Amino acid sequence: MLNNDLKLKQLVMLSGKGGTGKTSLTAGLMDLASRSWRHPVFTDADVDAANLALVTEAVPDQSHLFMGSFLAEITPEQCQNCGMCADVCRYGAILLPTENQPWHRVDELACEGCAACVHVCPETAIQLHQQQDGEWFQSTTPYGQLFHAELFPAAENSGKLVTTVKQQAKLYAQDNGCDLLIVDGPPGIGCPVISASAGADLALLVAEPGVSGIHDLDRIIQTLQEFNVPILVCINKADIFTPGTEDIKSLVGKYGLPLAGEIPFDEAIPDSISAMQPVTRFAPESPAAHAIEQIWGTIQRTLFGEG
Amino acid sequence: MKIAVASGKGGTGKTMVATSLAATAAKDHPVRFLDCDVEAPNAHLFLNPTIERKEKAYIAVPKIDPAACTLCGRCVEVCTFHALAKLGTQILVFPQLCHGCGSCTLQCPVDAITEFPRPIGELFFGTTKENILFSMGELTISEPMPTPIIRQLKAHLSDEATLTILDSPPGASCSVVTTIHNADFLLLVTEPTAFGLHDLRQMLGIVEKTGTPAGVIINRAGVNYAPLEKLLEEQSIPVLMRIPYRNEIAAALASGQLLTESFPEYKPAFIHLLQDIDRLMGDV
Repeated sequence: MLNNDLKLKQLVMLSGKGGTGKTSLTAGLMDLASRSWRHPVFTDADVDAANLALVTEAVPDQSHLFMGSFLAEITPEQCQNCGMCADVCRYGAILLPTENQPWHRVDELACEGCAACVHVCPETAIQLHQQQDGEWFQSTTPYGQLFHAELFPAAENSGKLVTTVKQQAKLYAQDNGCDLLIVDGPPGIGCPVISASAGADLALLVAEPGVSGIHDLDRIIQTLQEFNVPILVCINKADIFTPGTEDIKSLVGKYGLPLAGEIPFDEAIPDSISAMQPVTRFAPESPAAHAIEQIWGTIQRTLFGEG
Repeated sequence: MKIAVASGKGGTGKTMVATSLAATAAKDHPVRFLDCDVEAPNAHLFLNPTIERKEKAYIAVPKIDPAACTLCGRCVEVCTFHALAKLGTQILVFPQLCHGCGSCTLQCPVDAITEFPRPIGELFFGTTKENILFSMGELTISEPMPTPIIRQLKAHLSDEATLTILDSPPGASCSVVTTIHNADFLLLVTEPTAFGLHDLRQMLGIVEKTGTPAGVIINRAGVNYAPLEKLLEEQSIPVLMRIPYRNEIAAALASGQLLTESFPEYKPAFIHLLQDIDRLMGDV
C-alpha cells in the first residue's frame, strides 16, 4: 500500500500534430505542480526541437554526450573501386567515384550505419564510427529539475535519446522521492512518441480545432490505445474555429475519453513565450492561465484521486 | 526541380505553404506533390485529391529457416540495430527494430535467411482538381519507423513532372533528412518566437551539412523579431515571404481551405516565391 502511494506517476504530453501548444501547456503545469503538494520532476522528450528549457529559466547543472548511431567511412587509399559496397547498400548511401575524388565515398546523410558495406568490402577499406548524436542536460528550474536534450541537426536515434533523458529523470525521482514525472512529448506517432509514452500512467493530448488537428488527434488516440495508455484530452485555441472544437468533442466522445478542459486563444501565451516564463506565472489572471489551472485539477484527480 | 518545405518546429505552417505553392504552380507547370509527413499527413485535407491507387509500404525483414540454421550467431553479430538475438536453440527476430538493411541475409554462411516484406504503412496516389499529381505516405498505427515509407514514396519521383514539392515532417532528424535528401531547394517555414528560432537553427544546421540553397518564410509575422532577423542576416538566408497572423486565416485553414483559395491576394506572393526560388537556384 505504502509502496503504491509512493509510486512515480508519469504524465506524457502529446498531440499528433505539431505546434498545438504542448510546450506552453507543459510549462504552465510545471509551475502549478511546483506550487502543489506534489514533488515533480520534468523531461523534455521533443529532442529534435527542444523548447521547454527556453520558457522555464533552466540553468544546466550537468551536460553529457549522447553517443548513438554509426556511420560508415571509406579509407580512400584502400578503396579499389570494386563497387561491392554500392551493390549491397539499400539506402543509396554510397557515392560513386568522381574525377576529383576517384574512389567510393559514403553519403553521411543517407547512411543508416548498418555495416552491410563493411562486411562485404574485400579490401577492409570501410570502418564504422559511432557518432555523437547530441547532448543531454540536467537543469535546475524554479519549478524543479528538468532533464532535456539537444539532438544534433540531422542526427539519428531520437527515440534512444528520449529513453535516455526519461531514464535519468526516473533515477533522479527515485533518489529524491518524486511522485510525478511530466514528459513534454514530440509531435507525430512514431518512434520518439512511443519512447516518450513508454510506462506512462496518463497521456494529456493537446488538440487544436481544424481538419489537420482532428486528423492527427485521431491517429495519436489510436496509437496510445494500442499501448493501453489512459488518455485525457484538452483543446487549445478552442475559440478560433468553433465547428472544429465541436468535432473534437464528438471524436473524444466517440472514444469515450474525458475532456480535461478548453484553453481559449490568448495573446498571453505568445507574450509569455517572449517573456520566457510559463503563462501561469507571467499572466496568472489570464484566461489561458485559468484554463490550465482547471486542467491541472483534472490531472491530479485522475492520477492521484485528489485535487 | 524539387522543393522541400520543412521547419524544425511543428505547426509553423509547412502544409499551408506547400499546398498553396503547389496549387499556384500547377497553373503553369506540371506539379507533383509528396506528403512525406507520414506520421501526421495533412496535405490531402487541403488539396482533396481523388485517390486512384494505393500501395503497401514495406520493410524487408529476415526470416530464419530453423532447419538450415546452425546457430553460428553471425547474423546477431552483424546486426547493428539489435534486431536479432540468439536465445537457447533459436534466433529471435524483433521486426520493429529491423531497418531492413539485409546484412544478416548477406552474411549468413549457410543461406538460412530469407526476407519477407512486412507492411508498415501505405502509399496513396491520386490527382487534384488543379492536376497536381498527389502522393502521400501513411505510417500504420503503432509502427515506429517512418523512414522506409518516405524512401518508398520518393522512389516514385522520377517522372515528367517538372516541379516536385515535398511536405516534410517536423523535427530535424531521420525522417526530415530522408525527406529533404537530394532536394534542390529548402523552403523553411518559421514563426517569430523563441521556439521558432531555436528549431530553425536546427534546420540551418542541416542546411550547413547539405549545402542545399534555402530560403525562409516567416509565418504569423507581426512586429519584427530581432533575434530571428539577425540570425538570417548573419547566415545570409533570404526571407522570401512574410505572412501576418490573422484570426481569419487561422479559421480558414482550420476549415480545410487553401490559403490562396480563401485569400486570393496571396496568389501573387506565391508566384513571386517561385520566381525568387528560380532566381536563387540560378545564382548557385
